[in-house]
Amino acid sequence: MKLFQALTFLVVAGVARAQDLAVRAERVHTVSGAVIENGVVLVRGGKIAAVGKAADVAVPAGLRVLTAKVAMPGLVDAHSVVGLAGYLNQPQDQDQKDPTAPIQPELRAIDAYNARERLVEWVRGFGVTTIHTGHAPTALISGQTLVAKTRGDSVDEAVIVPCAMIAATLGADSRDEGPGKSPGTAAKQLALLREAFLGAQDHQKKLAAAGSDASKKPDRDLRKEALIEVLEKRVPLLVTAQRHQDISSALRLAKEFGFRLVLDGASEAYVVLDELAAAGVPVIAHAPMARFAGELENASRSTPLKLRDARIPFAFQSGYEAYVPKTRVVLYEAAVAAASGLGFDGALRAITLDAARILGLEKRLGSLEVGKDGDLALYDGDPFEYTTHCIATVIEGVVVFEGGR
Amino acid sequence: MARMHRPPLALLLVAALAPSALAQDAPHAFVGARVLPISGPAIDDGVLLVHHGKIEAVGTRASVALPANAVVVDVKGKVLMPGLVDTHSHVGGGWGADESAPIQASVRMLDAIDCRDAGFQRAQAGGITTVNVMSGSGHLMGGQTLYLKNKDVRSIEEMCYRFADGAPMGGMKMANGTNSHRDPPFPGTRGKSAALVRESFVAAQEYERKLRAAGTDESKKPARDLAMEGLLEVLSGRRIVHHHTHRHDDILTVLRLAKEFNFRVVLHHVSEAWKVASEIAAAKIPCSLIEIDSPGGKLEAADFDSRSAAELEKRGAPELVAFHTDDWITDSRLFLRSAGLAVRAGLSRETALAGLTLNPARMFDLGDRVGSLERGKDADFLVLSGDPLSVYTTVEQTWAGGDKVFDHADAKDRLWAEGGWGAGLRRAGALCCLGDGEDR
Repeated sequence: MKLFQALTFLVVAGVARAQDLAVRAERVHTVSGAVIENGVVLVRGGKIAAVGKAADVAVPAGLRVLTAKVAMPGLVDAHSVVGLAGYLNQPQDQDQKDPTAPIQPELRAIDAYNARERLVEWVRGFGVTTIHTGHAPTALISGQTLVAKTRGDSVDEAVIVPCAMIAATLGADSRDEGPGKSPGTAAKQLALLREAFLGAQDHQKKLAAAGSDASKKPDRDLRKEALIEVLEKRVPLLVTAQRHQDISSALRLAKEFGFRLVLDGASEAYVVLDELAAAGVPVIAHAPMARFAGELENASRSTPLKLRDARIPFAFQSGYEAYVPKTRVVLYEAAVAAASGLGFDGALRAITLDAARILGLEKRLGSLEVGKDGDLALYDGDPFEYTTHCIATVIEGVVVFEGGR
Repeated sequence: MARMHRPPLALLLVAALAPSALAQDAPHAFVGARVLPISGPAIDDGVLLVHHGKIEAVGTRASVALPANAVVVDVKGKVLMPGLVDTHSHVGGGWGADESAPIQASVRMLDAIDCRDAGFQRAQAGGITTVNVMSGSGHLMGGQTLYLKNKDVRSIEEMCYRFADGAPMGGMKMANGTNSHRDPPFPGTRGKSAALVRESFVAAQEYERKLRAAGTDESKKPARDLAMEGLLEVLSGRRIVHHHTHRHDDILTVLRLAKEFNFRVVLHHVSEAWKVASEIAAAKIPCSLIEIDSPGGKLEAADFDSRSAAELEKRGAPELVAFHTDDWITDSRLFLRSAGLAVRAGLSRETALAGLTLNPARMFDLGDRVGSLERGKDADFLVLSGDPLSVYTTVEQTWAGGDKVFDHADAKDRLWAEGGWGAGLRRAGALCCLGDGEDR
């Protein structure tokens, strides 16, 4: 037995690969389990191979070891637009909204994501390893979203879910008012959405009727095909709605067409908690530091606390900003929520495991457990304190950021 | 605007007995907190004694004798520091210059600000007791700014700091870079921007020459010109220029113009100060810095870096560092956070706290009145739950000129701090207004 262990050790040490490393930290926040004081996380082949007390986890000789005060899972930003909305904020780097039609679910995020965008690199430097990003909450249906790791030089190297959700928006941000413009009212927004889904249902029926007879199939229609993905529950509809009446409209629409709804923003969610809880809809809450103006005029820093108490699953987002700052940092946002009553653990879950769960990636991301992706964020103190630095970010065992941001 | 029922008499009496009134009548002693005077070292288990809106004494428990009639407030475990000075804000919902011309020195924010705008309440919740309210940066010269004490008032006049002659005190807003580039008569280039500004100052110099030549002979004086008078207040040093500028070359252009016309200036935003920190420090030009969460959002902020404050400090110029909210760009309720982010990027804690208080007060010629906890200064102070640079710290109370203007324990005040149903009201009622029976 001892000989076997020794041989294994030699073999493993001999083939330490690019995606192998160990992290030692004074505090390891596993999220799924208890905090480990003086812990070690071992990553092999990009996956977590061991998590435990330093005394209990042997670190093979020759393996790269990173040391930090605090280690935790790489952060998951549940909703962003980085990679589509560039930091220059000039026409040539803004790909988050096409203005030619109010409903365009066929617009793929993979055709627009810029993996080399500076803001992707920026958020990575704060420990963000996964972003749910895509078309912005600026049109009735602006397009698709994707899930990417904050790495790589191309979308193919970065993306882990090519079509994560289809992004819809209710309320003022997706209105187009003026003569000949539409939708100009809330009722018109819902009428247009219902017509679009009815059209997709019709297409769905024709496809089913045709069966395997290609001659009877209707012509292909990218727009309808995208909505059928929603109707058949393969892809959720992400509905950004801030006002309580728009939240209720989103619930009504989801009930009529039976799709999976993920609610986004929801700044007035606290007045419709019962309806949300009854519908079992998860919420990607607005950034706690989003500007409390316009649609968010009644936003509250205590909303996350109320969602938690109502047992409504929620996560935080950096969100979409049309002006300075072009992106928020989800770590900073969670910090303010932690200090506004949610507490450290609640805020941490909302940017790790709970965010992964809303994205359907909880088996792979969001906690430090054996078998999950080796994505870690390392800090030189309490990660939520203004004065703490992220000292390293690791994606699947590869150090993608090192420094002191 | 809808009227509501006149409040019952009992309620009016309660309003008359508001804590702010009490503070004026009896000395208040805040005892047991860690006191951060800013002008000196921290005092543990300290005492802050205030009376008639002024600070009477600051010191250790042993060193400050409490008057027999003092109302003693136990603030053990808390932190006291001066009220914050926000050097650049847009609260109050006012617009200064209009779109008719790029240089409008005659326009006054005094005539534009709604003193009942809820933005002032939110700023109180963030601990801001002094605020410079300005026009936007879409003009080379957007008009006369206003330095305000952030108190609940019935008219804007009651908020104004005053020059020695009694006139409302303020600076002059200027901007360069791309924000003020527009169709004519606005400039389209940086060269044209500087030329237009130089022409204005040269014209003001000519105007001044004519005034001087006329001496006391009224018949020879040029006709009054409000814009020229505004510019002359800049040239005389009475009115400090508050200059929006981001890019390194634009920053140096401001230094060049300030030298040519010898005007006093505070640089605002200064995203690329870190690139020209040596030049700024050598010229001893104060900087009011913004701290944003990511670079970009506009071309000028593409190279924004939070280490600008630290770079100035490294060059022996910590007194040149101040911060601002630019509300609504950043949130007045989180102004302390700006200093935290600068510390994160290498600034010392001492300079960070001075940059929220005493440094800006001095930059604004208000250093003898506010910015530190010292005998004789205005009783502007904060009761904090802990370290001002910690995210977990709450602003529990804000006092301005001896009045408690924010109390986190009060549900109405907490609405301004945390938001919630009804927080979207743009206008705030204050205790002073209850008697009017006016709706908000």
